Amino acid sequence: MATQAPTAVPQPAAPQRRRSTASGTGGRTAALFLVPFFAVFAIAMVAPVIYAIVLSFYAQQKSGLGFGEAKTSFVGFENYLQVLESESFVTGIARLGLYCAIYIPCMVGGAVVFALLLDATVARARKLFQLLVFLPHAVPGVIAALIWAYLYTPGISPVVQALQGGGIQVNFLDAHMVLPAIVNIGVWEWTGYNVIILFTALQAVPREILEAARVDGAGEIRAALSIKFPLILPALSVIMLFTIIGTLQLFTEPSIIAKATPSITSTWVPNMWAYDAAFIRHNLNQAAAASIIIAALAAFLSLVVTRFSSRMNKS
Amino acid sequence: MSTKTLPAFRTNTPRTMPRKPAQRQDTVAGHGGFASKLTVNGLLVVGALYMVVPVLWLLFASTKNAADLYGTSAYALGNFALFENIAAVAAQDGGVFFRWMANSILYAGVGAVLGSLISVMAGYAFDKFNFRWKDSLFGFVLVGVLIPNTATVLPMYLLASVVGMTNTIWAVLIPVLCNPFGVYLARVYASSYVPSETLEAARVDGAGPIRSFFALGLPMMMPGYITIALFQFVGVWNNFMLPLVMLQDEQLLPVSVGISIWQGYAVPQPEFVPMVITGSLLSIIPLLVAFIMLQRFWKSGLTTGAVK
Repeated sequence: MATQAPTAVPQPAAPQRRRSTASGTGGRTAALFLVPFFAVFAIAMVAPVIYAIVLSFYAQQKSGLGFGEAKTSFVGFENYLQVLESESFVTGIARLGLYCAIYIPCMVGGAVVFALLLDATVARARKLFQLLVFLPHAVPGVIAALIWAYLYTPGISPVVQALQGGGIQVNFLDAHMVLPAIVNIGVWEWTGYNVIILFTALQAVPREILEAARVDGAGEIRAALSIKFPLILPALSVIMLFTIIGTLQLFTEPSIIAKATPSITSTWVPNMWAYDAAFIRHNLNQAAAASIIIAALAAFLSLVVTRFSSRMNKS
Repeated sequence: MSTKTLPAFRTNTPRTMPRKPAQRQDTVAGHGGFASKLTVNGLLVVGALYMVVPVLWLLFASTKNAADLYGTSAYALGNFALFENIAAVAAQDGGVFFRWMANSILYAGVGAVLGSLISVMAGYAFDKFNFRWKDSLFGFVLVGVLIPNTATVLPMYLLASVVGMTNTIWAVLIPVLCNPFGVYLARVYASSYVPSETLEAARVDGAGPIRSFFALGLPMMMPGYITIALFQFVGVWNNFMLPLVMLQDEQLLPVSVGISIWQGYAVPQPEFVPMVITGSLLSIIPLLVAFIMLQRFWKSGLTTGAVK
């Protein structure tokens, strides 16, 4: 049942989900165990998504929170078209793509390298290093973004000061640097977490294989690249999956950094766009359409990743 | 980013050879040459520093008053103002900070204890019982895993405003009970921790399924339960967009949103900066304590739960 989670991905969300009551051995008992979960699942996931889909097909002539029902009319895919034609939304998607293109290689690559180093025979104090790299995961995203916001702020930041001392003038918060600056926050938050997972996978590599390789004359680096690395590929593909889902959620870090710099607009990434649509522009229908687009994008990308990785694992 | 993701899986090899092999490996071939030893450990130190330094900066910065924050070197101690800063945090708006902390503990605690129990029960049922539509129901769980949390926040807000539940604790508490990934993990834990023979024996002895879950299954899955709960606790504690959207009443906010409001004040009023910094430090202490105290559990949870 290897990687059964990722492979069995989206059967499209046909809203036909009732738990089985009768039939099957233990059907009734199973229902007892399953009802609490599927009840909260229905309230917290299914119902909002369905309601958002419904909303996304309507538009309100007079926008307003809660009291706009008077002039609601069915507009078909109009909201979706408006969202997709909105320059700021499309820019946000492109920006997110760029973010992924920098973030994923840095974070995943960093995690792989660190985990392999940690697994190297000459590594010392493994437990301590594991705890230290895991530390950022115990720091909430808001706080991580706050810390880094200060570390990017000239006058407070030792980093900026040190760079200036070395003759380098960087403004991490200007329009060009702010994307890499936010990538760095993500890398800081998530690398250590994935190191632990990869290190766990590495510990499971049978020592006999490594022993045999050593007898055959493979050095430490050779063994890492051609034996250990292929064996942690399944773990890597799961990490990729969750990383991609995670990056689509990008909201907290840029929202916090936005308070420290005008370089981040209120529609900087798709989630911020949707938030802005709902609470600043008071267009709930558009916000609903944007949310559905983001969710659909996530489903599509996870499908691609799982397809790709299951093919890779087979070959 | 945030929330979600506590992964688990493992390569295709037999399990339960954690920790120990490392030791053995060292003795078998522990001579890598001084240079490589230096390189490997040097790089590890560099990586660890990158992870630790920002937190250390927070620690140092929280001991300074506004003037020293801008005036002194980052890792030098200025006038030791930590306690004044804490006092300022505590005094602001009639101690609202501690209210926020209590709210966070409430939301994250309920999410962790109750939400994980709900997930564990469902995961256990998926592993131990046979029933109709099992696969398609589990398919829904997996779809739930793949939907980004933040994509459902606005729809949830829209729905909550229809039923008049925004700006109540329920608007935050109910969504945090839903943890599809926890169900997936619990299924993995159930299949690796709870032998079906044990349950069969209990059944023969006359224990009903509910009794045997609470008396046998749940205790056997305890490390898995604690792992799911810990990560759910962190996920909810980190939650930013949901409470930001749902709650307007300052008395209901969790600490994450509260501090971000102070950060907004700090832009025009720099005297808020030490409070933001000190408040941030205070707000991560419970998480650090939880992680360090429960180290044994989350490590073994990640390891043993890491099945395919």
